[in-house]
Amino acid sequence: MLEINNLHVKVGNQKILKGVNLKVNAGEVHSIMGPNGSGKSTLAQVLAGREGYEVTAGEVIYEGKNLLEMPPEERACAGVFLAFQYPVEIPGVNNAYFLKAGLNAIRKYQGLEELDAMDFLPLVKEKMKALEIDELLLNRSVNEGFSGGEKKRNEVFQMSVLEPKLAILDETDSGLDIDALRIVANGVNALRSPDRAIIVVTHYQRLLNYIIPDYIHVLVDGRIVKSGGKELALELENKGYAWVEAEIHTAAPANA
Amino acid sequence: MSTSTNTIETLANREYKYGFVTEIEADVVPRGLNEETVRLVSAKKNEPEFMLEWRLKAYRHWVKMEKSEGEPKWANIKHPPIDYQDIIYYSAPKPKKKLNSLDEVDPEVLRTFEKLGIPLDEQKKLSGVAVDAVFDSVSVATTFKEKLAELGIIFCSFSEAVNNHPELVEKYLGSVVPYSDNFFATLNSAVFSDGSFCYIPKGVRCPMELSTYFRINAADTGQFERTLIIAEEGSYVSYLEGCTAPMRDENQLHAAVVELIAHDNATIKYSTIQNWYPGDKDGKGGIYNFVTKRGKCLGRSSKISWTQVETGSAITWKYPSCILQGDNSVGEFYSVALTNHHQQADTGTKMIHMGKNTRSTIVAKGISAGYGQNTYRGLVKILKSSTGARNYTQCDSLLIGDKCGAHTFPYIEVKNSTARMEHEASTSKIGDDQIFYCNQRGISKEDAVNLIVNGFCKEVFRNLPMEFAVEAQKLLSISLEGSIG
Repeated sequence: MLEINNLHVKVGNQKILKGVNLKVNAGEVHSIMGPNGSGKSTLAQVLAGREGYEVTAGEVIYEGKNLLEMPPEERACAGVFLAFQYPVEIPGVNNAYFLKAGLNAIRKYQGLEELDAMDFLPLVKEKMKALEIDELLLNRSVNEGFSGGEKKRNEVFQMSVLEPKLAILDETDSGLDIDALRIVANGVNALRSPDRAIIVVTHYQRLLNYIIPDYIHVLVDGRIVKSGGKELALELENKGYAWVEAEIHTAAPANA
Repeated sequence: MSTSTNTIETLANREYKYGFVTEIEADVVPRGLNEETVRLVSAKKNEPEFMLEWRLKAYRHWVKMEKSEGEPKWANIKHPPIDYQDIIYYSAPKPKKKLNSLDEVDPEVLRTFEKLGIPLDEQKKLSGVAVDAVFDSVSVATTFKEKLAELGIIFCSFSEAVNNHPELVEKYLGSVVPYSDNFFATLNSAVFSDGSFCYIPKGVRCPMELSTYFRINAADTGQFERTLIIAEEGSYVSYLEGCTAPMRDENQLHAAVVELIAHDNATIKYSTIQNWYPGDKDGKGGIYNFVTKRGKCLGRSSKISWTQVETGSAITWKYPSCILQGDNSVGEFYSVALTNHHQQADTGTKMIHMGKNTRSTIVAKGISAGYGQNTYRGLVKILKSSTGARNYTQCDSLLIGDKCGAHTFPYIEVKNSTARMEHEASTSKIGDDQIFYCNQRGISKEDAVNLIVNGFCKEVFRNLPMEFAVEAQKLLSISLEGSIG
């Protein structure tokens, strides 16, 4: 589904990603872990098509197409979803209206009929119930005045309505208490399916107690330095990122 | 690097779709303004003596004003000098015989309104809306007149009112905006050609929206219309005006006057969707919209509510105001003003509190895109006599791109210490992050801007009659096209 080859990315003069390789198949859940500043969020933003990141080398193939050439809204319509680390507030724009506009844009792109309010509301209410989100949230402005937890839950709620093929969660666990964490994780798990892939970007291991990944990759200084199964998370939890860093420094002298 | 700025720059360039010209023979008076012009306009309309006298008083006052200070200079707008001798002050489609039914209206004129989405003929009339159609200097048709007359409501062109109800016109004309009020209102008083007149009798709730649709067609012509609405005790009326003009390279002047009078417990709701030709994207051409609108809450517990959506015109200069004379009277002003490309707007309101326990609300939303300059100018004045007055003002500006401007000039004068005033203001920009967030949910840049702008204007749109709220939203998105790149 997704193939990242030798991806190099610069922001201004600073090199952030220095040759990332990653292959994600449908049905898989991958987790990308790493210390602060290692490039995790940059990778998520570049995949979603955020401006301000310069790709200096490499390619990203999504379902056979060059993802980097697609404008962000087309990526979204083609099934790429990013749950934002910092969801954006849009004052005055009704949350339900916003989501409906997004869903219908995606449905239109996919050649499906657009939903009217009569079809949309029951669908949304069902998803809200599963995520234990207050229905009042629908009538509030997008993310405006939401608590940190509400914002994150709103992201997962949007994801569950838009049903993407490739979902990228950027530090969705940060700022969540343990109950909210479990609810969010349930929302993500409900989305797991053989034709869908999920990338969970996280700093901590604790989210992975609830969303059990098939693969874990450790990103350090712009490169994936270690990949493994779910047990890698526990090892990281016990030994810390310094352990991986030390390991690579002894294996190959730094060249940066 | 900033996409939305580019995006925004390219979003605002759709064609103005009302820019066509109707080929029609017109009855025009010679170019220029002198006492003879005023007499000619009055004669063409078979006006009674009192009207001519009033016009002449205004004209003489205007001549004095022009010699001394000229146009008001305090507004935050710029334009080359206007040559008042180079304007045609009266233009009416021929034939100019008295119209008894629509069959006698020139089919070209009917077609024009049809094209503008305002069907006037019997079968296609807009349901629930009575329309007075003004083409250049004259009213060409008024729908549902008879039906309204059954309730005692008078809804007709100003010219008809002058002839058929002179006592009402004489009593109220100039009672809210005197002929000497300001440069443009004085000019209007001298040469105004037509407009709408409404009279709602005591205790009657007008069952449909009344509306006037103004169309400028002839070149080099100024449009000077006048609207007078009188709501008797306990009555209610909701009135709406719309306007369009052809695309021309020259600027055209539109100087209108609107007067509203609300007696005890009466309510007048006045909505405007202003879509005059704004000029091209380089700022060439467009209408100068210099308008005086004022309502007087004369009676106790009366209410006047202005809602305006101003998206057109090269320059907009207007301050729909309320004189809150009756005790417990209420004034409201809800405004969305959008300036794109090189458009300029200096608009706002005046709330003059005279009566006790009078209340006013001002919600003004300015949107600037392209090189547009948007100014809110508002006065809230609490006179000594006004005990227990309250005002709430909210002014919000939204900037799209980085070449436009938003300016706010609130004036507050309080002479009575029991007054309670609130003023809130905000300025925001559509952020790249907001656009990207929308994009990431599948929404295109253009739709994202529309979504955000409509969200910004929601409080104002809520006050428009339902049918027109939808139109206003569409208009806003058309006016923003090309503002995103």
